[in-house]
Amino acid sequence: MANSLYGPLDPAPDAGYVDAPPRMGFFTDTSVCIGCKACEVACKEWNAVPDDGFDLLGQSYDNTGGLSANSWRHVAFIEQPRPDPVFLGMPGQDKPDFRWLMMSNVCKHCTHAGCLDVCPTGALFRTEFGTVVVQEDVCNGCGYCVAACPYGVIDRREGDGRAWKCTMCYDRIGDGLTPACAQACPTESIQYGELDVLREAAAERVAKLHAEGVESARLYGHSEEDGVGGDGAFFLLLDEPEVYGLPPDPVVTTKDLPDMWKRAGLAALTMAASVAVAFLGRRR
Amino acid sequence: MSPRGGDRPMVPKADFRSYYGRPIVRPAPWTHDVAAYLFTGGLAAGSALLAAGGQATGRPRLRRAGRVAALGAVAASGYFLVADLGRPERFHHMLRVAKPTSPMSVGVWIFSAFSAAAGVAAAAEAAPLVPSRFARKVLPPVGSAAGLAAGAIAPALATYTAVLLADTATPSWHAAYPELPFVFAGSALASGAGVGLIADPGPPARRMAVLGAALELYGAHRIETTKGLLSEPYATGKAGRLLRTGRTLTAAGVAGAVLGKRSRVVSALSGLSLLAASAITRFGIFDGGMASARDPQYTVVPQKERIAGKMPD
Repeated sequence: MANSLYGPLDPAPDAGYVDAPPRMGFFTDTSVCIGCKACEVACKEWNAVPDDGFDLLGQSYDNTGGLSANSWRHVAFIEQPRPDPVFLGMPGQDKPDFRWLMMSNVCKHCTHAGCLDVCPTGALFRTEFGTVVVQEDVCNGCGYCVAACPYGVIDRREGDGRAWKCTMCYDRIGDGLTPACAQACPTESIQYGELDVLREAAAERVAKLHAEGVESARLYGHSEEDGVGGDGAFFLLLDEPEVYGLPPDPVVTTKDLPDMWKRAGLAALTMAASVAVAFLGRRR
Repeated sequence: MSPRGGDRPMVPKADFRSYYGRPIVRPAPWTHDVAAYLFTGGLAAGSALLAAGGQATGRPRLRRAGRVAALGAVAASGYFLVADLGRPERFHHMLRVAKPTSPMSVGVWIFSAFSAAAGVAAAAEAAPLVPSRFARKVLPPVGSAAGLAAGAIAPALATYTAVLLADTATPSWHAAYPELPFVFAGSALASGAGVGLIADPGPPARRMAVLGAALELYGAHRIETTKGLLSEPYATGKAGRLLRTGRTLTAAGVAGAVLGKRSRVVSALSGLSLLAASAITRFGIFDGGMASARDPQYTVVPQKERIAGKMPD
């Protein structure tokens, strides 16, 4: 099918769903995140994600570290000196010389999901909502998805051996409920809804921020022209993606898969020809 | 500059920002079992080709050694593959789908078909020991068919593993995708030739050694020198040391194979050298990729350069 590996695509119909519901997604607007970590907690509670120990990382207020098998939402904290103080309406100082970036990270539910493409058991699948979910009764812990994710999201759980990640609360959204993280977010930094609607809201929000002088506001993962065909969970950021631990220009690895098989085929033929030459050469 | 030499970065230290220096992509959760499989899978393929060549050109000692080595290597491969799963008892879940977008799924089917053929071919070598006259009559032709089948599948077995590594977000594996299959094909040929040089040194094994080593060295050289920043993990640290050792052993093995024609001992040592080189090279490629995933600069810097390249001036 056209664009099955790369380029703009509606993933649920491509996966074979007839009359699929609209694609659902997250828009995480980091400009209103207050770093409360309610999303992290709500996610753990609803999905019964195990505790992963108590670490003091010395990375601002971040003691989670990153997304992992046991953290499906992760709030990043970045402390920066700011050269161009802008009043954002926060109480207290009207022009702080310091800014604190906070961002709730999550699985991107890519249009072209590397994890899903490479899964050899069919444990990872595309839902009717266009999201990507692991079936824990099928996964045999091969770990291939872990290496294939361009965002470093999916992870194998120690002691359990299987791969785990955000399901966008597949068990809630099928019943018309909002995923636990978005439900718990007190500032609507995490918005859940139809992806098309969220993309429009995000474009308006970024335009508004620009008009207010917040030049650094930009969307991340919103474009279906990007290397993964657009993210089902996209973001409004206030700095370069890598500052938040996001890849600046992720491309799904399977984009190059047809070329990879061609090169392997060529190498295989070279190998067979070498053996023929070795054995059919002149006998002495 | 490193006082130890060899560990000098080929590209100046990149300027980039990150989140507390944490990795962005995640290294594969694989142990060195996978690196060992890259070697044993290649050895199985190279040995099966050696056996098929021996079979087709009437060299029974090469045929026998190749078939036995292929079976041994394929059995070890099966162990390494299952042992590295998070849920080894679910290994058969791989067999519930066949997915062309998953090199591991494709590989499982290649490996299964190859194992069956290599197993039958090796079992047929036991024909003279079987008491039944019927079996003694039937086994050799069945073994011949299986031996040719194993030889036909072998190139796929040796090269799909390159796609397996390259089809990841691991920066230095993915960047190496055009050459990696040639490195693995060459490494598999060299290890098969190594079996031949030990069991029955002769012109076919020597030529196979030269051709295999040439492919392996050419491919590895390209990977180590043409990928810019992403070549660095293969040239520095543990991976760099492994790949340099592998190259030296390959060169020594080929030199011994070509110059040591008259000596059975030199030939066997050359064979051992080629086998060791093949294994060490696989570990070097494995470790180089893992190192590239652990350091965010290998994810961030090439992607920033890609963005800069797309921007109009």
